[in-house]
Amino acid sequence: MTQINRVSGGQIDRSATFKFKFDGKSYTGHPGDTLASALLANNVRLMGRSFKYHRPRGPLTAGSEEPNAIVELGEGARKEPNTRATTAELFDGLVANSQNRWPSLAFDAMAINDRFSNFLTAGFYYKTFMWPAAFWEKLYEPIIRKAAGLGSLSMQEDPDVYDKGFRHCDLLIVGAGPAGLMAALTAARSGQQIILADEDFAFGGRLISETFSVDDAPALDWVKAAIAELSSCPNVRLMPRTTVIGAFDHGIYGAVERITDHLRNAPAGTPRQILWRIYAKQTLLTAGATERPIAFDNNDRPGIMLAGAMRAYVNRFGAAPAKRVAIFTNNDDGHRTAADLHAKGVKIASVIDTRPDAPKSYDYEVLSGAQVVNTMGRLGLTFAEVKLADGTMRTVECGALGVSGGWNPNVHLTCHQRGRPTWNTDLAAFVPGGTLPPGMRVAGAAQGIFSTQGAMQSGAQIAADMLGTQAAPSPTTEDAPTSQTPFWYVEGCSRAWLDQQNDVTVKDVKLSHQEGFRSVEHLKRYTTLGMATDQGKTSNIGGLAIMAELAGKAIPEVGTTIFRPPYTPTAIGALAGRMRGKDFHPTRLTPSHYWAKEQGAVFVEVGNWLRAQWFPRPGETHWRESVDREVRQTRASVGVCDCTTLGKIDVQGTDAATFLNKIYCNGFAKLAVGKTRYGLMLREDGIAMDDGTAGRLAEDHFVVTTTTANAVKVYQHMEFLRQCLCPDMDVQLISTTEGWAQYAVAGPNSRKLLQKIVDPEFDISNDGFPFMACANITVCGGLRARLFRISFSGELAFEIAVPSRYGDALMRRLMAEGEEFDVTPYGTEALGVMRIEKGHAAGNELNGTTTALNLGMGRMVSKAKDSIGSKLSERDGLNRADALMQIGIKPVDANDKITAGGHLMAKDGPVDAAHDQGYVTSAAFSPSLDSMIGLGFLKNGSTRVGEKMRLVSPVTNLTVDVEIVSHHFVDPEGDRVRA
Amino acid sequence: MIINHPLLGPRDSAEFVYLGDASLIDRPDPETATPEDWHAYAYLRDNVAGDMRELWFHEGGDRSWLVVTRNTLTHEISKVEMARDVARAQGRSK
Amino acid sequence: MGYSGFKVIKEALLGHKGWTPAWRDPEPKAHYDVVIIGGGGHGLATAHYLAKVYGVRNVAVIEKGWIGGGNVGRNTTIIRSNYLLDGNEPFYEFSLKLWEGLEQDLNYNAMVSQRGIMNLIHSDAQRDAFIRRGNAMILNGADAEYLDEAQVRAEYPFLNFDDARFPIKGGLAQRRGGTVRHDAVAWGYARSADQHGVDIIQNCEVTGFRIEGGKCLGVETSKGFIGAGKVASCVAGSSGRLMAKANMRLPIESHVLQAFVSEGLKPVLPGVITFGAGHFYVSQSNKGGLVFGGDLDGYNSYAQRGNLPVVEDVCEGGMAIMPMIGRARLLRMWGGIMDMSMDGSPIIDRTHIDGLYFNGGWCYGGFKATPASGYVYAHLLANDAPHPTATAYRFNRFQTGDMIDEKGMGNQPNLH
Repeated sequence: MTQINRVSGGQIDRSATFKFKFDGKSYTGHPGDTLASALLANNVRLMGRSFKYHRPRGPLTAGSEEPNAIVELGEGARKEPNTRATTAELFDGLVANSQNRWPSLAFDAMAINDRFSNFLTAGFYYKTFMWPAAFWEKLYEPIIRKAAGLGSLSMQEDPDVYDKGFRHCDLLIVGAGPAGLMAALTAARSGQQIILADEDFAFGGRLISETFSVDDAPALDWVKAAIAELSSCPNVRLMPRTTVIGAFDHGIYGAVERITDHLRNAPAGTPRQILWRIYAKQTLLTAGATERPIAFDNNDRPGIMLAGAMRAYVNRFGAAPAKRVAIFTNNDDGHRTAADLHAKGVKIASVIDTRPDAPKSYDYEVLSGAQVVNTMGRLGLTFAEVKLADGTMRTVECGALGVSGGWNPNVHLTCHQRGRPTWNTDLAAFVPGGTLPPGMRVAGAAQGIFSTQGAMQSGAQIAADMLGTQAAPSPTTEDAPTSQTPFWYVEGCSRAWLDQQNDVTVKDVKLSHQEGFRSVEHLKRYTTLGMATDQGKTSNIGGLAIMAELAGKAIPEVGTTIFRPPYTPTAIGALAGRMRGKDFHPTRLTPSHYWAKEQGAVFVEVGNWLRAQWFPRPGETHWRESVDREVRQTRASVGVCDCTTLGKIDVQGTDAATFLNKIYCNGFAKLAVGKTRYGLMLREDGIAMDDGTAGRLAEDHFVVTTTTANAVKVYQHMEFLRQCLCPDMDVQLISTTEGWAQYAVAGPNSRKLLQKIVDPEFDISNDGFPFMACANITVCGGLRARLFRISFSGELAFEIAVPSRYGDALMRRLMAEGEEFDVTPYGTEALGVMRIEKGHAAGNELNGTTTALNLGMGRMVSKAKDSIGSKLSERDGLNRADALMQIGIKPVDANDKITAGGHLMAKDGPVDAAHDQGYVTSAAFSPSLDSMIGLGFLKNGSTRVGEKMRLVSPVTNLTVDVEIVSHHFVDPEGDRVRA
Repeated sequence: MIINHPLLGPRDSAEFVYLGDASLIDRPDPETATPEDWHAYAYLRDNVAGDMRELWFHEGGDRSWLVVTRNTLTHEISKVEMARDVARAQGRSK
Repeated sequence: MGYSGFKVIKEALLGHKGWTPAWRDPEPKAHYDVVIIGGGGHGLATAHYLAKVYGVRNVAVIEKGWIGGGNVGRNTTIIRSNYLLDGNEPFYEFSLKLWEGLEQDLNYNAMVSQRGIMNLIHSDAQRDAFIRRGNAMILNGADAEYLDEAQVRAEYPFLNFDDARFPIKGGLAQRRGGTVRHDAVAWGYARSADQHGVDIIQNCEVTGFRIEGGKCLGVETSKGFIGAGKVASCVAGSSGRLMAKANMRLPIESHVLQAFVSEGLKPVLPGVITFGAGHFYVSQSNKGGLVFGGDLDGYNSYAQRGNLPVVEDVCEGGMAIMPMIGRARLLRMWGGIMDMSMDGSPIIDRTHIDGLYFNGGWCYGGFKATPASGYVYAHLLANDAPHPTATAYRFNRFQTGDMIDEKGMGNQPNLH
């Protein structure tokens, strides 16, 4: 029993046969098939189950609007849930499985829901499951959750790669049907840059699914010729398998191209899909139209599908939906289906036409003024029950029923910038209207021009208008007049489906109206109409029409659902592209990175930087051992730390000093050449923004450093001051963060070590180069360098900078020359420990809510000048008597642990928010004090040194008695830095 | 979105960083401003629904601050100026 | 009409003939004690608590479009009270407690689901900050739990632990956090308010305030003048536009925030996850869709739609933390107008105009605040004094320097 429903013709390649599996069973098909067409050819109608009632379902459509035939495609990590069988291109070895059923598609235990459908109406869950309260999470919700959902994720990392790209064009044409192809032919001749994109793997739109002739030849011949002509035009880019998913601002379109989904074995390294950002000067939407069904009782059985889809299956894919087919229509289009099927030898049981004056046929029976009122068949259609014009009933035996309720223009992209379509009474359909995205026009069926000839002419003419060129001559083809008489549903006593995937029936819409949910937005949300994976492409209009009828209003008065991107569901992987895993963000490496790696350093992410965290030595088994050693060694002799990541900004110009005086809250105007000063920068709202140093290398040249975290933000802030507030200052800025490799050389032997590499003409003795000195120097025999005598560790220390490309060499040189001093490299952990020991604020203290006063630097804010933030820092709320002040803490018992994030409470008394007095910002074990120490903020803290308090951290189960101490744990007098 | 940079031509807005209302150029005169002036400058906004003049920084480009006139209802951009020129025109100097 | 399982069964057996509209559709009266502008979650909740708790029943909620059509109908449904600062935490904890009793209070199942929320930690500094926050939560009577990497892995084994650019180092969980069926919140409050006598007037746009002698006497609307003892603005992203009609400038900017939902998938995510090293947070709805979002687009906008770079940014965050979702598909994206305040915290206060009240500045955190926002606003309207949990939400805090800045970003709304 293979492909028993194959009929002659179509565009499948019968010279090759593909094997594929569905639910474990093997079938065959041909190149050019979709999974749905191949299954139909194999007489498989049942392809899925509905969401709520688990009703058996087969394909309703032959395209991307499909609500029913959705499957899990592929296996293992490549399993792709919710894939429309109607668009999945068949390939040899394809494996698909049905979803949302258990234990099997034919026997689904959850179909029990269908029996209880009368209780499970729209919104029933809002009215119940409320008692007892605790049962929701424990009982009701788990059951609902378990039943919900469609396909399942593989739970494994997606093994495929995705890519992104950018394209530019003068005209983007969306849709390669008759209108799109004519538009492209016209546009191609203009010589301008054209992109023609279509979601299908074959161009031609309806032309390849119909039996029309074009200029007296088969339409397919014309399509082939058009594609051939377009392919030969260097200014035209054809993009099949490309869905334009969204119209974004200023002519930017998102488009997803499927590269390997249709291949059994994709070439290695080929992306599965590419997200294109298309910058289009103009866009022509020729996306065609979507057929709409008629609702009647039990209109959802496998075998019932849109009449136009039936034609596509028969004409394009050579697959009949069944041996014996009936048609239910309210327009001439249904008759076209009957004629095409009849021509292929499919038995037409009847054509049931709602119109009393339906066209007659000599080939098959036409029942005028009749309606399908019900159907039968558990897993697939067997009979349709028809009410004839005279009111008598007739049972029509059929394995498939084609339904045609007219066509809706595909207006989706016209609505992506909140344009509303307008109602066209002649077509009884929404057509593009209101404000379209700038630069967009619409042609063909998408515009409501349903005749093929009309579509072709409009495509050519509008493209010509847009590009100021001549319309390509349109061929002669089908040109039937188009008017549609609305017919939305057959009154019945059972359930008639509107949204087949979400199981929304006519009754649900009536109930929604009855309960006051009458606007389209309420209807949608209350019933879930149009919320399924097809986003209501075939169902919204029916629901709207019924609501309008109930409310006694015109359809547009009830409203229109706004279509939002994406046009069809889009793989999240494609939207992410390559930015995942280790490539999620760029990785910035310090100049000494490779050297550090050789030393076995452990690295840590600091923003986008990777920094050495510590350098374990043989025998060290715990990170603390390494860190403690690095601290001790540095404080005892000398250590070197890569601090390149600190932001560095060159400030030059005759107004440079004035500029810095404005941007820092403390004074800089009088800083002498050759000197460095600590600077605190405020935001305009008076809160501390960043701190760092500025060294004056020349009268008109400063080098500013920022924290690693704020480098970008500070630079932006400085440019704001320069360009927006002080546009006439003679000052220039440039970020040199990556231009200079910079190392802290710290410890009592730091000078001795540096003296070995600093060229002898530079005196770096304590007298020649005192604390806070800075200078341009040379090292290692002429290499230009910058030297700053600044200290973050609290030791005698320098920071030395050389051009980045010498950074690696300098580190190696320092380590080699330092051997005699037992030099150690130290990482960010030891850096942090030493700065806490010294009481320097860092990111944890400069947390965006603290002021200079909080940081113990209130007096630094100069009253003698205007600087950014100085005025608003004077507000009362920032200067209360009990303001938080930076303090140090240490445990009363040196063996106790303290934790950053702990809160400070009085030694005795309640522990709650009302009695909260401060918190710990940073904590570390201090090898120098042989105890944990911390920095923090305490109300009125500067006056409370010596006080015993409780540190509480309930979230980490910690309560410790602590003592408030000065935050300068090491060398409070600052003798060492001046040594 | 695309911002037509006065010096560099059309650029994707992803290259820019947004700050806010261009009134941030009008920093009060520290000599004469009242606390209420400072409050209004730092905190109150017209928040217009329509054409808004706003500050964008070309971080992924030439590091210019621009004043972009953009409609907050449609996102249409009608004018792009160098912020420095705007600041000068408004009388700011040093 | 009371809702219950019994009633559902009874109606099913009787052909569902007995269901009546969830709320009336009245014409406005000439005068109300309180007119609430804005039929969103907060406005409807205000009406409910005014009528039910404070006994003020001569109340109208007037809505420009359809109720629940703003941010309450377009958010990512998360509830939580994991705030750091004293000005915020008691308020949000009050809100969470109201959520916990909401269904019984409203006789409406809004599916309050306390499935837990987990903030992932990726750096030591972040850990310090989250421990401080967790402690603040506990000290304010909320729940918080710190998890190390192994504990996070045990709960969410499918997150990216082994190939991460920013490895997961732990998490701060609030088990009582979770999600709520967002539309149902608006409907539940509307139905209850209506049953307590509140008039909900849809498709009625406020065109101006009638202010005489420094007192607000009512509102001009598309359905004529409606007099009011007190007028209460509650319009979130439209606050700037509305209050401009009273010649007020606000410490608020309107920004677009996008949100996303995937196709329905079998349940994989038990709770809410926020990625700490990128812009991504996610939960899974009871229908199976992954509901996720990220950062603001960043520019002022009233357009209710965003752009592609942020869509990509959010999906990058998703793939970075959950690389198994690559083949799941994004189904729908939308944008809401966020009333971003200057310190990231809301304002619930009287204005300088007698009889005119303001509630706004919710940034993108308004949904979880819905019950408490309504409650404390009702309290303010009824008593002319702030509710004890909302004393900090004053207009003048920017003048006095008492900002409530959770993120420490200062007076730049798009960074909060």
